[in-house]
Amino acid sequence: MQMSGEELISASRERVWEALNDPEILRQAIPGCESVEKTGDDSFAATVKVKIGPVKATFKGNVTLSNIDAPNGYTITGEGKGGAAGFGKGGADITLKDADNGTLLAYDVNASVGGKMAQIGSRLIDGTAKKLAGEFFTKFNELVSNAAAADGEAPVTAAPSEDQSEAPIIAEDETNEEAAKQEDAPSQGWMKPSILIPLGIVAALILYYLAG
Amino acid sequence: MSVENGIGASVRRKEDQRFITGNGNYLDDMNRVGQAHGYFLRSPHAHAKIVSINLDAAKAAPGVVDIFLGADMAADGIGGLICGWSITSKDGTPHNAPPHNSMAIDAVRHVGDQVAFVIADTLQQAKDASELIDVDYSELPAVTNISKALAAGAPQIHEEAPGNQCYDWELGDKAAVDAAFANAHSISKIDLINNRVAPNPMEPRAALAEFDMGTDELTLYTTSQNPHVARLIMSAFLAIAPENKLRVVAPDVGGGFGSKIFVYAEETVTVWAARKINRPIKWTADRSEAFLTDAHGRDHASHGELALDADGHILGFKVSTKANMGAYLSTFASAVPTYLYGTLLNGQYKMPCIYVEVQAGFTNTTPVDAYRGAGRPEATYIVERIIETAARDLNMDPTEFRMKNFIQPDAYPYETPVIMTYDSGDYPANMNAAKAMIDYDGFPARKAQSEANGKIRGIGCAAYIEACGIAPSAAVGSLGAGVGLWESAEVRFNPTGSVTVFTGSHSHGQGHETTFAQIISDKLGVPIESVEVVHGDTDKVPFGMGTYGSRSLAVGGSAIVKAIDKIVEKSKKVAAHLMEAAVEDIEHEHGVFSVAGTDKSITMGEIAFAAYVPHNYPADLEPGMAENAFYDPLNFTFPAGTHIAEVEIDPNTGVVDVVDWAASDDFGNIINPMIVEGQVHGGIAQGIGQALLEGVVYDDTGQLITGSYMDYCMPRADDLPNFKVETTNTPCPSNPLGVKGCGEAGAIAAPAALMNAITNALGKDIDMPATPEKVWRAAQSN
Repeated sequence: MQMSGEELISASRERVWEALNDPEILRQAIPGCESVEKTGDDSFAATVKVKIGPVKATFKGNVTLSNIDAPNGYTITGEGKGGAAGFGKGGADITLKDADNGTLLAYDVNASVGGKMAQIGSRLIDGTAKKLAGEFFTKFNELVSNAAAADGEAPVTAAPSEDQSEAPIIAEDETNEEAAKQEDAPSQGWMKPSILIPLGIVAALILYYLAG
Repeated sequence: MSVENGIGASVRRKEDQRFITGNGNYLDDMNRVGQAHGYFLRSPHAHAKIVSINLDAAKAAPGVVDIFLGADMAADGIGGLICGWSITSKDGTPHNAPPHNSMAIDAVRHVGDQVAFVIADTLQQAKDASELIDVDYSELPAVTNISKALAAGAPQIHEEAPGNQCYDWELGDKAAVDAAFANAHSISKIDLINNRVAPNPMEPRAALAEFDMGTDELTLYTTSQNPHVARLIMSAFLAIAPENKLRVVAPDVGGGFGSKIFVYAEETVTVWAARKINRPIKWTADRSEAFLTDAHGRDHASHGELALDADGHILGFKVSTKANMGAYLSTFASAVPTYLYGTLLNGQYKMPCIYVEVQAGFTNTTPVDAYRGAGRPEATYIVERIIETAARDLNMDPTEFRMKNFIQPDAYPYETPVIMTYDSGDYPANMNAAKAMIDYDGFPARKAQSEANGKIRGIGCAAYIEACGIAPSAAVGSLGAGVGLWESAEVRFNPTGSVTVFTGSHSHGQGHETTFAQIISDKLGVPIESVEVVHGDTDKVPFGMGTYGSRSLAVGGSAIVKAIDKIVEKSKKVAAHLMEAAVEDIEHEHGVFSVAGTDKSITMGEIAFAAYVPHNYPADLEPGMAENAFYDPLNFTFPAGTHIAEVEIDPNTGVVDVVDWAASDDFGNIINPMIVEGQVHGGIAQGIGQALLEGVVYDDTGQLITGSYMDYCMPRADDLPNFKVETTNTPCPSNPLGVKGCGEAGAIAAPAALMNAITNALGKDIDMPATPEKVWRAAQSN
């Protein structure tokens, strides 16, 4: 699975970079994420619960950052093991650029899944990825812009909202439910269609490590 | 005098009473006291080295009895799984058969490869524990496509198979074919893919094994089409237990289509482990495991060329095929694309010369082996697609082109250039019958009507031939088979006149309990309800080679006839004694023995009673009335026929509607016409499934992405028309019943007939499966 896209985050580049490197923000933003631990200067371990169609699993993943160029971007690679459900692995190049209303986060993701997830869930993966990515960005933007507002930065105007409810996935975490609720709130409707990237389970992990 | 429920009667199947009332004895319903449950941890990777496996947490999990790895089996001296047919390459070397461990030792080579066997008190506990096994894999590049696997630079799957090659085999006269092509007036060509399919029997594979410490005997209940062969291989090659200490029982088996012929890893591990833990163990595949591990079928990439003279006569045929064996060589995998394929490329035609070369190789996919038809559908597909192509190239009606080239009914025995001797047949008769059944001549009017409705209509036929009755032992032995392919039977009268028949054939849905009982009933005058057919138990049946290749009636039935002949011979002596006549004067018909020229007669039942209560009995004759026989066929049998398919395609949706189907088959003599018709229906449905709907797909990394019924489409009733099925009969001269076999014909004929109809409608070639998307694209680009 390959995908790329851009995301407008309503905060300054430095603020976004900081958030992308804040395990707690990531833990809150990644759907189904249970824990994030720093395991080295440029590596993390995380646990994420996901459900793709009939396959339900707890993924334990490791992520490594490279090509770090603060606050402009990095390359993130990682893999997650989901036990009997299979595995996911992949990488993404992330770059941050200043934009009129905040920061443009561009990503280029290459990911794959294996085992039962591929066998049974392959048809559902793109939809799942869209859903998870949408939830991630909704929550991430909320967390970053709240923090930015608290820091005295000017709020950013919202873009039209996007329905992300088509994919049959359920991330088993409260944050997910919160994110889902917030999707419907006009104040959170800043996302453009390009947000709906097919990141999938692996991508969720990767995104979560975006900040590293 | 005829017998009720005898040969030729459409007797309702005796076994169906228990099947349709839920009283079948299927494996997963069986349980033993103290039974543990097994679950396999499988590789999620298509190709990887196993760096380490940590079982500590899993072994400490609740309910876990033990966990075994491939290394544990090797340490116990258990051998790897084998391939029972050695193919010799062009250069004289035997095929490469790399080690095939029941559980991976150093590397995994396809998604689903067995890594560990977890045994626990409950299945759920075993599954939970398997989640705790920590396997460190080092991934390797994978290849799934056979053409890519055989190309330079492909990932290497086995050290023992350089270039991933299993063999590079040839058959036929290359020089003669080259000369024929040099002199040809025209040459027709075709490239095609015979798509990989998953067998999908309704009942998944399962095993229940128990060990008796007192007698040192192991018993394996398993879903097998040939329990004796399973026992032989497990004993002789895997060293699970000596044959006399290993009993294999295959109870009611819910479909196989070939996939339950083979000796698989899971059953082997289960029976071995039952002794290790001294507790019964049950393992049942779930549907996901069936997709990953039941041997797949087909997966050929072929190129064919047909040389023709100016009058449209065939001068020569050459074929080049690449056959995907999967990650390991399954039990009979090597024979399928060679002696079950190359030998049938003559079709029903006068072909002066044929040359075929087959390169078989390994990929990071589930092993491929025999699947309903096994080699003959692949042969029929390329023969009948290129015949159709040639007719189109020549602007001839395809049925007329076939009639022009058919072997004629007076030409038997007919020796083909690819080592077969056809024994009987009337191919023009089948063609004419099928054309009449479908109103072939009325097709142009129906086509015009479809066009008026915005649809496109096509018609196509397949004149198939296959080789059944597998097989003369000496013949297959000379070609590399590791076993003889005879069959055994015992006919045992009970003192009260009922009969128990023991057959080495195995029924996994074919209706043997009825068909075989009809033979007994017809020949010995025993009411059909007094005949019990016993199969599938190595402790009960003398020996057997099992059921596949449409062999059960032609070979297994013939063994029963030979045993019946012995019963009759003995009974005549008893009858002569009881009626105070000379043996030579005793006549026998349907179980009644009479003295020629008199009204004196005695029935089989009376004779059987006298044989068991021998108060008045010939002094020189053994008491009892039970005879066994082994039958080794003299030749293959050659069922043949013509199927014609008619389709209507909606160019706006790409949906193919199979609107009509005519099948005229020559199966020789027929015991039960209803069962035969059912077999033809099932075969056609399966063939339509392959042509329209089914296809196993791997992604570039070797992940199986058609691993459930969400993505693997099976045929349903509404995909199928009402079939018109008729039979012709040229009796088989090489077996005593004159039968040829009907179990696979539909699956052999259907893909070619249907694809000829679809390509006729579209005016261009597409590969199977003809999904709506593919058909729509082809229709739109017209």
